[in-house]
Amino acid sequence: MSERIDVSIEHKHAPPANGRPHPNTCPKCGSHYRDDELALHLNVCPHCGHHFPVHARDRIAQLTDEGSFVEEASDLRSDDPLGFFDLRPYAERLAEAELATGLGEAMVIGRGAIEEQPCQLAVMEFGFMGGSMGRVVGEKFARACEGAADRGVPLVSVTTTGGARMQEGILSLMQMPKTVCAVEDLRDAGGTLISVLAHPTTAGVLASFASLGDVLVAEPGALLSFTGPRVVQQTTREKLPDDFGLAESNYRHGHVDAIVPRPELRPTVARLLRLFADGR
Amino acid sequence: MAGEAELRLRSQLSRLRSLPLLRGAKLSGELERLQKQLDRVVSEPSDEEIWRSVELARHPERPYTLDYVERLLDDWFELHGDHHHGDDAALVAGLGRFRGRTVVLVGNQKGRDVKERTRRNFGMAYPEGYGKAMRAMELAEHHGFPLLSLVDIPGAYPGVTAEQHGQGGAIARAQALMARLHVPVVTCVIGEGGSGGAIATALADRVLMQENAIYTVISPEGCAAILWRDAGEARKAAAAFKPDAAHCLELGVIDAIVPEPGPGAHTDHEAAAQLLGDALQESLELLDGVPGDELRRHRRVRFRTIGAVPATR
Repeated sequence: MSERIDVSIEHKHAPPANGRPHPNTCPKCGSHYRDDELALHLNVCPHCGHHFPVHARDRIAQLTDEGSFVEEASDLRSDDPLGFFDLRPYAERLAEAELATGLGEAMVIGRGAIEEQPCQLAVMEFGFMGGSMGRVVGEKFARACEGAADRGVPLVSVTTTGGARMQEGILSLMQMPKTVCAVEDLRDAGGTLISVLAHPTTAGVLASFASLGDVLVAEPGALLSFTGPRVVQQTTREKLPDDFGLAESNYRHGHVDAIVPRPELRPTVARLLRLFADGR
Repeated sequence: MAGEAELRLRSQLSRLRSLPLLRGAKLSGELERLQKQLDRVVSEPSDEEIWRSVELARHPERPYTLDYVERLLDDWFELHGDHHHGDDAALVAGLGRFRGRTVVLVGNQKGRDVKERTRRNFGMAYPEGYGKAMRAMELAEHHGFPLLSLVDIPGAYPGVTAEQHGQGGAIARAQALMARLHVPVVTCVIGEGGSGGAIATALADRVLMQENAIYTVISPEGCAAILWRDAGEARKAAAAFKPDAAHCLELGVIDAIVPEPGPGAHTDHEAAAQLLGDALQESLELLDGVPGDELRRHRRVRFRTIGAVPATR
């Protein structure tokens, strides 16, 4: 590192937008990219390998064969079962999230093919209220499990989420056992779940279906912890290890099967799909 | 909180609701009639009442799991350790005789004094605790013993070692195991039913809640810290996400409310245990004779259909 020459010049770093760094600026090495440059590299920094977030639709495009994906249950929308109001009404937050992401909820499900291997997909969108799991996300995941069982194909889930959605209160907590039961039904039907854990996968989702894959594959640098580092630090006042909760730490402690850089994700998932298909 | 008439109606209702699942009968007319009566009786718990539940659920004199074990189970034999790498005092498990039959019981355990509180980590289990619970569940499954679980946990433990030992996966696998059991499973939330730590041992055929218990997706303080950016707004958070027993029953999350003596379970441990014992026995009797496969199927259907998603807009 030290032998590197500092070549920082004016405009190397894009100007911060409202005090926050631009989403296309790499938080690790400061390199800045145009949208098409990032897309070309699957949202991975070509300079340092940092994995930028990927929107659900882009993720599906990255993983599946072109034109193979057919979305299901896209009409499901959350309502406001508790009449929840914090600083703003929940209904308003929902509407805003839909406008911002163009998605009806924080998960997109459907059928598709990866390197010609048919599969069911359940892909989360962090941009929709932090990828939080309320009733619709739980329902969509359960339907994805049922779809996979009915069609006799594996389910590939990609998670990126802060956990259960507080605004639906206890009903959000109930999505944990609900998705767990859905995975168990899929398993009883002889099905397969391949769980891809992207940054971040925490709390109620990590502690339910995301951890129940037959195979758990993590993206490099993804935060995978039930409780996030900030809360752990505040509660325990412990000095946290530098890689606390990260995919690499989880791998070392034996909680994930592999860490797969994004460019290798599609061929890796396809290889797994072939292995499971050939064993049937 | 809830009046006697309301409690009676609620328990009647929940009993009727659970019947068609188990016996295939249709009672919708009766259900509707009871629901209408109930609607008249119930006035929504106020924000103050909800906060009172939060305080009572955390009351330092409230009976804990082992207080109930002592009063409800004969020949209690506590199981220790996950037989893997540790024993977690925050979650107890064991075998005992409950009103004439052998059962397996798991429960979160808080401490009474400072020393015991520390030893039991304020009732917050480590992954080793969930491991112990799973071992006890497997024992119940193998020998056909009913499983009782008492939930009283502020929330999963936010610690470095808990994460390194795989807290998320442990909570997920404990639920998955419960979804596979062929034996009757009855859960009662007896204090705080906090987030993932609570649901790890609550995937049951019948879920009960004591009158002053709370069941939450996150602690009121945690919710306030995130949404209001101020943990001091816990009262507002609690009022907004409605963690009290009456609301949980209304949302279909629990099947019945277990009454508490007088102003709360902390005032009379004997009476509280008696009432809890009666409710557990009644639930077990409802599940008696139902074949294991059917129990398991209905358990999964129960959680598949809680809080059904609204119709398409």
